[in-house]
Amino acid sequence: MKILTLSNCFFFALTLPLTTITLSAAHAQQPVSGYDYLTPEMQEMQIDDFGNPGMLTVDAGEIRFSTAGKNGKSCASCHGDDGSKLDIKHIASYPVYSTALKKPLTLRGQILLCQDERIGGPSLGHSSAEALQLEAFVRRLALGETVNVDVSGEMAPYYEAGKNLFHTRWGQVDIACHQCHVYHAGRTFRGQTLSQGQSNGFPGYRYTAGKAVSTPERITGCLANLRAEPYASDSVEYINLEVYMNARGNGLKIETPGIRY
Amino acid sequence: MQKTRLFRLPLLFAASLIIPTTYATDASSSGQPYYEWKVENFEIKEPLGGLEGNAVRGKAIAGNQSRGNCLACHLLPIPEEPFFGNLGPPLTGIGSRQSTGMIRLHVVDQSRFNPETVMPGYYRTPAQLNRVAKALKGKTWLNAQEIEDVVAYLTSLK
Ligand code: HEC
Ligand code: HEC
Ligand code: HEC
Repeated sequence: MKILTLSNCFFFALTLPLTTITLSAAHAQQPVSGYDYLTPEMQEMQIDDFGNPGMLTVDAGEIRFSTAGKNGKSCASCHGDDGSKLDIKHIASYPVYSTALKKPLTLRGQILLCQDERIGGPSLGHSSAEALQLEAFVRRLALGETVNVDVSGEMAPYYEAGKNLFHTRWGQVDIACHQCHVYHAGRTFRGQTLSQGQSNGFPGYRYTAGKAVSTPERITGCLANLRAEPYASDSVEYINLEVYMNARGNGLKIETPGIRY
Repeated sequence: MQKTRLFRLPLLFAASLIIPTTYATDASSSGQPYYEWKVENFEIKEPLGGLEGNAVRGKAIAGNQSRGNCLACHLLPIPEEPFFGNLGPPLTGIGSRQSTGMIRLHVVDQSRFNPETVMPGYYRTPAQLNRVAKALKGKTWLNAQEIEDVVAYLTSLK
């Protein structure tokens, strides 16, 4: 211990009491938004519509929302000019169970269905910039709405599957999501504060990557850090993870586009 | 909820450094065979592959973000590298607290001490890993020589 420098001592004085707090809070499992772990500067950036770089993606989505598809209709033809006819409470409840598809449908999945079937295409890739823009615009409409995913009934097995994935060890690093995001939320890892890994800020803007990303892309970021092979953004694994992760955040407010690490 | 609120104050402090989290993919483990290891009483007594560690190289590996990256979670006496994480305990003086064999097991596979650990498995059996990135299949994070170097370095921290 003799080698501790002054500044390190200071740092420990700050962080030691915190350690006890974070562990007890993490196990209490109260959902806490990633926002609460940000620096004040980042929080300010998020709530300032003009300073939030994620708003560029939302704005691009708004334009796309009223752009005609191949059949001459646009999203706005059915959902109102500014999406005003969309039910924001329902948006906050995605993923929902689709009786037609017999599986969970994510918000992005629903948007791509409408894109294909209701405005006649062109089809957008699941991970395309266009799909991200539309999703960001639509979820932004539900800003401040409470996340409220129903995982009873037919959704239950998908929720369980997602929960399993969240508790699976990945990659060469061989660590599971919950080990960082449940046990260590609030501690620092490489100068970043670990959050609970909630999805209420997505699609959001990743400060460190300098771009907007959706929940599946954010998961890919963590899998890459774990030196694991990521999945495709429309894979069953990511859909199940999104079911679990959104439901795990039930009660949080939608913050799209959140500013995040 | 009240407890959670308490997070904020000190954390704002700690999070002021922003660095991308990517563990740079460094194929450092290539070119060396995987040596089996054996645990007795929470120790790996024999050096991996009978290799001899070098503490100077070990310090460089421990401090380097794209190699050992130990500083992401631990305090180490490496003043020239900024200190980043506090997920793990300080490693200062570890050489006077623990045997070399125990230190080796920590670095090779911390999950032997704590199954729920967040410390990466630097030399876990590759065949037991789940969905490793294609480019890294069959490889350990650090190779045997690097493990021995890091062990020699930690052992020297008295
Ligand atoms: C022809 C009318 C029509 C058009 C055009 C249309 N939709 Fe829809 N949309 C619907 C209907 C009907 C639903 C109700 C859910 C269902 O049955 O699929 C819906 C549901 C949705 C939902 C889910 C909201 C909820 O309450 O469940 C979203 C989001 C959505 N559409 C977005 C879009 C986007 C984005 C576009 C443009 C690419 C678009 N829609 C184009 C008719 C349309
Ligand atoms: C080694 C620790 C670690 C593991 C394991 C890990 N992550 Fe993360 N994750 C991070 C860090 C660091 C960040 C950025 C800071 C933060 O928000 O926690 C992050 C951020 C996130 C975020 C964004 C949260 C927000 O509000 O911005 C999500 C979502 C996420 N992780 C999901 C996952 C999932 C799913 C897994 C498992 C496949 C996983 N993480 C595994 C370290 C980890
Ligand atoms: C992602 C965070 C993380 C990283 C990176 C990490 N460790 Fe750890 N380490 C921990 C944690 C947490 C513990 C405490 C025990 C536990 O929870 O498993 C620990 C414990 C240890 C211990 C046992 C300490 C004691 O007092 O018993 C040693 C030795 C150690 N780590 C060495 C290393 C070395 C060497 C590296 C780099 C090659 C490293 N660690 C990288 C998180 C990490």
